[in-house]
Amino acid sequence: MTMESVAIAAYLVAALLFIMSLAGLSKHESAKSGIWFGIAGMGIAVLATIGLAFSEAISTVGAILMGIAIVVGAVIGLWRARVVQMTGMPELIALLHSFVGLAAVLVGWAGFYMVEALGDAQTEVNSDLLGIHHGEVIVGVFIGAVTFTGSIVAFLKLSARIDSKPMMLPGKNFLNIGALVLFAALTVWFVITPNIGILVAGTVLALLLGWHLVASIGGGDMPVVVSMLNSYSGWAAAASGFLLGNNLLIVTGALVGSSGAYLSYIMCAAMNRSFISVIAGGFGIEAPASGDVDYGEHHEISAEEVADLLKDASSVVITPGYGMAVAQAQYPVAELTRQLRERGVNVRFGIHPVAGRLPGHMNVLLAEAKVPYDIVLEMDELNDDFPSTDVVLVIGANDTVNPAAEDDPTSPIAGMPVLRVWGAKDVIVFKRSMAVGYAGVQNPLFFKDNSSMLFGDAKDRVEDILKAM
Amino acid sequence: MLIGVPAESRPGETRVAATPKTVEQLIGLGYDVLVESGAGTASAFADDAFRVAGAAIGSVSDAWGADVVFHVNAPTDDEIAMLHDGATVISIMSPALSPELVDKLAARDVTAMAMDAVPRISRAQSLDVLSSMANIAGYRAVIEAANVFGRFFTGQVTAAGKVPPAKVLVAGVGVAGLAAIGTASSLGAIVRATDPRPEVADQVKSLGGEYMAIESPEVEVSATGYAKEMGDDYKAREAKMYAEQTKDVDIIITTALIPGRPAPRLITADMVATMKPGSVIVDMAASNGGNVEGSKPGEVVVTPNNVTIVGYTDLAGRLPTQASQLYGTNLVNLMKLMTPGKDGLLVLDWDDIVQRSMTVARNREKTWPPPPVQVSAAPAAAQTAPVAVKQVKAPAGPGRKYLITGIGALFLFLITAAAPAELTVNITVFVLAIVIGYYVIGHVHHALHTPLMSITNAISGIIVVGALLQIGRGDTVVTVLAFIATLLASINIFGGFAVTRRMLAMFQR
Repeated sequence: MTMESVAIAAYLVAALLFIMSLAGLSKHESAKSGIWFGIAGMGIAVLATIGLAFSEAISTVGAILMGIAIVVGAVIGLWRARVVQMTGMPELIALLHSFVGLAAVLVGWAGFYMVEALGDAQTEVNSDLLGIHHGEVIVGVFIGAVTFTGSIVAFLKLSARIDSKPMMLPGKNFLNIGALVLFAALTVWFVITPNIGILVAGTVLALLLGWHLVASIGGGDMPVVVSMLNSYSGWAAAASGFLLGNNLLIVTGALVGSSGAYLSYIMCAAMNRSFISVIAGGFGIEAPASGDVDYGEHHEISAEEVADLLKDASSVVITPGYGMAVAQAQYPVAELTRQLRERGVNVRFGIHPVAGRLPGHMNVLLAEAKVPYDIVLEMDELNDDFPSTDVVLVIGANDTVNPAAEDDPTSPIAGMPVLRVWGAKDVIVFKRSMAVGYAGVQNPLFFKDNSSMLFGDAKDRVEDILKAM
Repeated sequence: MLIGVPAESRPGETRVAATPKTVEQLIGLGYDVLVESGAGTASAFADDAFRVAGAAIGSVSDAWGADVVFHVNAPTDDEIAMLHDGATVISIMSPALSPELVDKLAARDVTAMAMDAVPRISRAQSLDVLSSMANIAGYRAVIEAANVFGRFFTGQVTAAGKVPPAKVLVAGVGVAGLAAIGTASSLGAIVRATDPRPEVADQVKSLGGEYMAIESPEVEVSATGYAKEMGDDYKAREAKMYAEQTKDVDIIITTALIPGRPAPRLITADMVATMKPGSVIVDMAASNGGNVEGSKPGEVVVTPNNVTIVGYTDLAGRLPTQASQLYGTNLVNLMKLMTPGKDGLLVLDWDDIVQRSMTVARNREKTWPPPPVQVSAAPAAAQTAPVAVKQVKAPAGPGRKYLITGIGALFLFLITAAAPAELTVNITVFVLAIVIGYYVIGHVHHALHTPLMSITNAISGIIVVGALLQIGRGDTVVTVLAFIATLLASINIFGGFAVTRRMLAMFQR
């Protein structure tokens, strides 16, 4: 039994643990055990790899550096995970994706320096497999680099450091396709005559492509983008696995890549968006229709009046959106829910599949505030119940409750399933101003007869309602 | 197009086919509306209110001469004569009970639609006038009974003594019956209800009533959503139960109607004779022959043993404002259905099952009765599938699916066959892992999207394995690159798992 065979056996066990981890995370009951499977798999894989590295006579400096890198990484990672606000979760996840992408780029470059840079003097790879290795280097670097800049842009958009509007370069579809064709040419060239200039060109091209792909996607599609980048980071790991001939990397990368792609597909289907158009960078999105339509007057309402409405209601539905996350209103909302439930009011939450800035965002926030998860329902579970609902509180949601998606075929969000809140007796919209939502579309809901606006910070307003009750 | 709303000519009719609110909605659909002067007076809607809503006020011939005429009751011969050619008339018509009316309408070049012939499918609920009127009538029946009844509905313990609660029996659990059950139980009475259809038991319970099942092998499952006439054995058992109940209850409300047939006789004179003095019966089927022996349509009868039988036939009309508003809204909903362009142009869609069923005459042709519509959700009727299921988009045919799968398999085969031996193992592992990844998250719960993504993110930090193997091998450049890669991947692994744990710790039931 050599160290190598031990490592291979450990990798097999780790791969199985990862599969069990993903399967566990699909259900509430098994979610917590799922994490432990994942941690165990990762621990086994890393230990086996370290053992393998030592058995292959790693230099002392290398061993020390390895220790430093893991410890420093662990400290930074645990610290970030501890201090992050639940509302900042999308940004953090996007940023973490960029790390995987960058790591894949670096692994690819290191592979280049271990083999190609040495020319005929290299001893790592059989000469008849050299061509394959060249291809694996440049493909691995390419996928990693696209993931890296794509995730960085997603991070910047989500944390509002850059504008969330889609960037509209002329002929952007040609730019994307052109970049792919150019990359294919570079790959062929690199396989025939590997040199550092081509690899640099390929890396820069991939970085630009990743940036452009995500920059041309609007903020409304960000949940899908984050999920898609998750998938890309898996493919990047799988590409590194091919490069290094490491089956664990291949298995895990493919697992993450395909499950992430499927998750994105589920989300696209829920939004009635074309999967292809989202991953190809806003492919085929038309310019929005002009907004000079007269929608009529909106009515305002005070917190006290809302409290009175809620007291008399027997069925209340709360549809939260990103505004609730921004205002950190989930705690007062949870308190309001608790008080109403004590009064015997049937309170439920209606969660649009793309509410917030990443899938399940609202569920996480409400869970943080200890709202029981069996009253938190999906759009489809609730949409037919609105006509029998007395009061709907729309807290910081906009596009997900926009009737234009159903009524106005020229609307940019036409065809997207939305929460039909306007069927309820009274709709209260919590909003900071009459500004448009992430998709940049006016919302006729605000001007309907049965809806009233409660302006101001969602947290302050919900607290006012609590006081008035 | 112009919608005309004439006043009702039937004596005692208090309703009107439009209210100021529905007029606004009709104008919103692009129509012009003309209301006959004084049409809304009995429902407390003044001409001025209609005018403010945007309607014109005109004479009786103006109203009947409109392109579309809204009416509550079936038009009389004179009124039919006032319609112009090509006009559409919409009202309650009872086409099954009045074939001669349908013949007269078919003799003219008009389209006639019966609001009481709406099929009972969920899509058409919003225009089902039988439901909206029955709801009002059921409520009013209880109010009428309470008016005549000499006691409280609710039981009370007072300083002046204990009051027992009233016992109410509701026969027939349709919309009217359910409304009566809800009203009576909210007044505090003990409510029992009977109906041949066992599927209504839950509905009765939900409104606070108690369902009295009639044990019989002949259990009815209705395919049309309406009750049908029952066999002899069932009737005998039913009669026995009614005979027992009449001795016990204080108030009986009968709502049993079978479309196109005389109302079934549920309570005989003998049963009425056994009731306690002061008891009240409201026979909501009095106009169709009555469920109760001795009831007279439109009248209140007091029997020798002092039981009051109320036979009003205009229960809905006794709440004229409410009834007009709901009827008017039913009409608005019909107009919404028939005005696809919202441009004030009426379009009759002959392929739409709702519009087809309602139309009794068109182009001088009698179109009554319509083809049958199966609507009940009862289990035994399940195989008679719902009508009008549209094939929205055919899924990719099996042939195409096989073709795509075949091409994919061939492609994979060629690649693997051409690859060097060392690579084939990697490809095999890669392809199988993709399939596992797809299936393993198959039915992820929507609330777990974020934790799932965050754990896959942590797991993709497995790239650390590659970086670890590169550290300390090769030259300085390789080591530096691998060092940074290890650092980044470690942040990812530890951060990812920790964040996932934090999120999951919050989920609680």
